[in-house]
Amino acid sequence: MSVISPQSVLNGERIAVSRSLTQIENNTAEGLKLLEAFFPHTGKAHLIGVTGAPGTGKSTLVNQLALAYRNPPNHEAPPKVAIIAVDPTSPFTGGALLGDRVRMQDLAGDPGIFIRSMASRGSLGGLAAATAGLVQVFDAAGFEIIIIETVGAGQAEVDIARLAHSTLVIEAPGLGDEIQTIKAGILEIADILVVNKSDKPGSDNTLRALRNMLSLAHPEIEPIMHHGEEMAIEPVENTKPDTGWIPSILPTVATTGEGIPKLIEALTAHHSYLKSSGKWQEREKARLENELDTLLQRALRSRWETKIPPDAYSKILSRVTNRKISPWKAVEELIQGAGL
Amino acid sequence: MENSQNKIRVLIAKAGLDGHDRGAKVVARALRDAGMEVIYTGLRQTPEMITEAALQEDVQIVGLSILSGAHMTLVPKILTMLKKQGLEEVKLFLGGIIPDEDKIELKKLGVDGIYGPGTSTQVIIKDIQKACQ
Repeated sequence: MSVISPQSVLNGERIAVSRSLTQIENNTAEGLKLLEAFFPHTGKAHLIGVTGAPGTGKSTLVNQLALAYRNPPNHEAPPKVAIIAVDPTSPFTGGALLGDRVRMQDLAGDPGIFIRSMASRGSLGGLAAATAGLVQVFDAAGFEIIIIETVGAGQAEVDIARLAHSTLVIEAPGLGDEIQTIKAGILEIADILVVNKSDKPGSDNTLRALRNMLSLAHPEIEPIMHHGEEMAIEPVENTKPDTGWIPSILPTVATTGEGIPKLIEALTAHHSYLKSSGKWQEREKARLENELDTLLQRALRSRWETKIPPDAYSKILSRVTNRKISPWKAVEELIQGAGL
Repeated sequence: MENSQNKIRVLIAKAGLDGHDRGAKVVARALRDAGMEVIYTGLRQTPEMITEAALQEDVQIVGLSILSGAHMTLVPKILTMLKKQGLEEVKLFLGGIIPDEDKIELKKLGVDGIYGPGTSTQVIIKDIQKACQ
């Protein structure tokens, strides 16, 4: 295989972009070198995360979002759009079936769009370990909008909020009662809440439940009335939500495109809010800190792997399985065994 | 480390106008169970769409399913387009009902494997693994 020139990626050459993505996904030495070269050219793109339960219509919605970005109403120059679509890897075989492209057929033939499917390869937070790296490639290659679609997520796959600038959480009618909406987790990370399939029965209930949830989280929107009296809800100190941005709740029908223009407006508004409030830098800092932590963990682990005798791990594991030694003690021995 | 493994990536595409994708799905599932990453594109893909997807997904293998009889038109087009895009290293495998005389012609053009109804998925898996070594 020929070596990829970083310049060809910066010029936006598609085949070089594609091959870089593979090198970075496979965590090769060449991939690391490329990331090193790209880093000074990153930090410009608007990263949009799309998450929600399986079957809520994430891929169809991403298809519509990309279409809308590529066809702006005033015939302005459209931004280049990259899509990273993550689907789960089988925990048993290591294989994966990546099917998000099926819903993105409308985007074929547009040279301003690049879709890349990605398997989660054992990561549990809704993304893959290399997703952040792939984002860097697209950012460096001049894609202004990068949409990241997570694995169909349940309640706690919230990694996307650390990566994206704007997080969309997609709900659909009929997925649960109001108690689901006050649980911690995925709804808390939404910058914009979307109720997709809003032409289906029950969507009014879903919209109402989400509005109630939001008014509990943001008592400043409207006073909460209980038996005719206003209830005082004082947020706990230090946990006050970001009061500058109250998530909007938008109904959409992704199969027809209904509600998409409003969604784009909300995303643009969120982007300007982040820029003008200084939150953009805050999120960038948090994102890079998270990235640094992950890299450090990975580097420590691989350094440990080079120092530990090859059979030490399996020997200790069999002692743990035979209940001769506890897992906690085993970890201590493994670290000492590597001289760390 | 799990991440540094180089996975085999395969694009499974239904080319042309026939809407029968049971075979394509069976193969996709079998390749998944063999530990590969399978990108499934869905029905009615044009040669342009297949080439574009192969480029964006950086696959080593394109698996085509054609049952409409249009293989002698579609396959040469796809092979030419892959070359034009700089994807000459991508291997093309074909599944469907292909007459023997066409098989000879298609293999000459550069198709790496042709599989008819009743082929064991194990055979396809082994051939793909060999082609990727």
